[in-house]
Amino acid sequence: MKDEQEMVLTDPSSPSSPEDVSRRKFLQTGVFGACAIYIGAIGYPVFRYLNSPVEASQLASAVKEVTLDKANELAVGTAFMFKFGTSPALLIHHADGSWVAMSAVCTHMGCTVKFDEGAKKITCACHGGVFDAATGENISGPPPRPLERYDVKVNDASVVVTKIS
Amino acid sequence: MKLETLKADLVERLGLEEAIKLAGKKTVPVHKHTFWYFWGGISLFSFLIQVVTGILLMVYYRPGPEAYESVRQITYQIQFGWLIRSVHNWSANFFLFSVFVHMFSVFLMKAYRRPREVGWYSGIALLLLGLTFGFSGYLLPMDELSFFATKVGMEIPNAIPIIGPPIANLLRGGLEVNEFTVQRFFALHVVILPLLYMPLLGLHLWMVQKHGNAAPPSEEAKEPSQRKTMPFFPNFVAQDLGVWLIVLNLISLLAALFPWQLGPQADPLAAAPEGIHPEWYFMSQFAMLKLIGRVIPGLAGEAAAMTLFTLGLVLWAMIPVFDKDKTNTKRSRQVLYFGIFVILVLLSTTFMGFVI
Repeated sequence: MKDEQEMVLTDPSSPSSPEDVSRRKFLQTGVFGACAIYIGAIGYPVFRYLNSPVEASQLASAVKEVTLDKANELAVGTAFMFKFGTSPALLIHHADGSWVAMSAVCTHMGCTVKFDEGAKKITCACHGGVFDAATGENISGPPPRPLERYDVKVNDASVVVTKIS
Repeated sequence: MKLETLKADLVERLGLEEAIKLAGKKTVPVHKHTFWYFWGGISLFSFLIQVVTGILLMVYYRPGPEAYESVRQITYQIQFGWLIRSVHNWSANFFLFSVFVHMFSVFLMKAYRRPREVGWYSGIALLLLGLTFGFSGYLLPMDELSFFATKVGMEIPNAIPIIGPPIANLLRGGLEVNEFTVQRFFALHVVILPLLYMPLLGLHLWMVQKHGNAAPPSEEAKEPSQRKTMPFFPNFVAQDLGVWLIVLNLISLLAALFPWQLGPQADPLAAAPEGIHPEWYFMSQFAMLKLIGRVIPGLAGEAAAMTLFTLGLVLWAMIPVFDKDKTNTKRSRQVLYFGIFVILVLLSTTFMGFVI
C-alpha cells in the first residue's frame, strides 16, 4: 500500500509552495507547446493533402487567355460554350457580325446561363435572371451584377479570349 | 464556477458516476512484466491511426479499373499523399505486430483464464479480422505484388473440397483477379470488416475494463499484501499515452524515411516477379506450405499443411477450455510448453520463409 501511495501523482489542486506553482506553470506551458507542435505537424500535411485539388484548380483558374481553335467559323446568330480556366464561358457571334465573350456563371447563385437565340438575351433557368446578350448587363430578375466580359480577337483560324484586367 | 456546474450536470445526465467510480477504483498490477500491458494499447493506437489515414486515403482512392491510377496519383501527385499512404502501410504492419506481441504476452501471463475467456476469444477473432484487413487492403493498389498476393491467397479457399471454388469465385468476382475483385475487396476492407471489428473491439475493451489486467502466475502466487499496483487513472493512462507518443513518432519516422513503394501496374499476362513472397504476417503459412510440399508433393501436401494450420489455430483459440483455473497444475505447464512451441515454430518458419 505504501508503494501505491508513492506512485500517485501529486494532487494538482493543492500547491504547497510558490516554487511548485512556477514549476507547474513551466510544465503546463511545455505540454501545451508540445501539443501545439504535434497538432501543427499532423495538421499541416493533412490540410495540404485535402487541399491538393483546390491548389490545382486555383492554378487552372488563374488562366488569362484561351485560344479557341476554329471558333472563328461559328455561325452568325449562334453561341458556343467553352471553359475559361475552370468555369464555363459563352462566345456569341451576333447577327450584326459582332463577337462577344463573357462568363456563363450567373452572378446571382452561380448557375450556368444560356444564350437565347430567339430573344437575343442570356437567361438563367435557376431563378429567372436575364442578361443583355451584347453587354452582359443584368436586365431583370435577381442577378445583382453584370456577367464578366472578356476581350475577343478573331483570327483566321481561331478566336482568342482574354480576361480584361 | 460555471464549468464545474456544467461538468456535474453532464455527469448526472449521462449517468457517468458508475464509469468514474470504476476508473477511480481500477488499478494495474506492477511487476517485472508490466511492460507487456502496453501492447494492447499500442495495438489500439495503431488501429486508430489506420482509421484516420484510411479515411484520408478514401478521399482520393477509386476502386475498380482506376485503382492503380488513383494510388499513383495519391503517391506522386497529391501533396503529402505519399506520406499518408506510407503511414497507413507502416501502421498496418505495426498494428499486426503489436497484436501478435499482445496475444503472446496474454498467453504467457495466462490472462485467458477465468474470468477472462471472452477477452481471449474476442481477441482471437480480432486478430483474424486484422489479418483479413491486411489481406484485403494489400490488393487495393492493384500493382504487380498485390495482384499476385491475392491470386495466391485465393488458392487457399479454392483448395477446400467442393465448396471452395465457388467461394473463391465469389470473393474474386470472376475466375481471375480483376477490377471486380478490387471493388469487392474495397467494400470488405472499408465497410464489412469495420462493421464486424468495431463491436468486437468494444466488447474486448469492455472486458479489459471489467476484469482488469491479469497478473502473471508468479505474481498470483504472492500474498496480496506483497503485490504492487498503480492506479489506472491517471498513472497507467499517462504512461500509456507516453507509449502512444513513442509509437506515433516511430511510425512517422519509418513512413517518412522509408516511404512505401508502388510497383508496376498489375498485368494479368505478365509472369510473377522473381523472389515474390507474402508479407511477414503470412510468411509462416507460406513457409509451411513450401516445407510440407517437399515431403508430400501436390495437392495432398497443400491440404495437409492447411489442415495442420487450421487445427493448430483451433487448438490455440480453445486454450481457456483446457487451462481454466488459477492453480499451477500439470495442465498449465503443458499449456506453457505448447505456447513456447507455437512461438518457436512461428518464428522459425517465418525466418525460413525469407531464406528458402
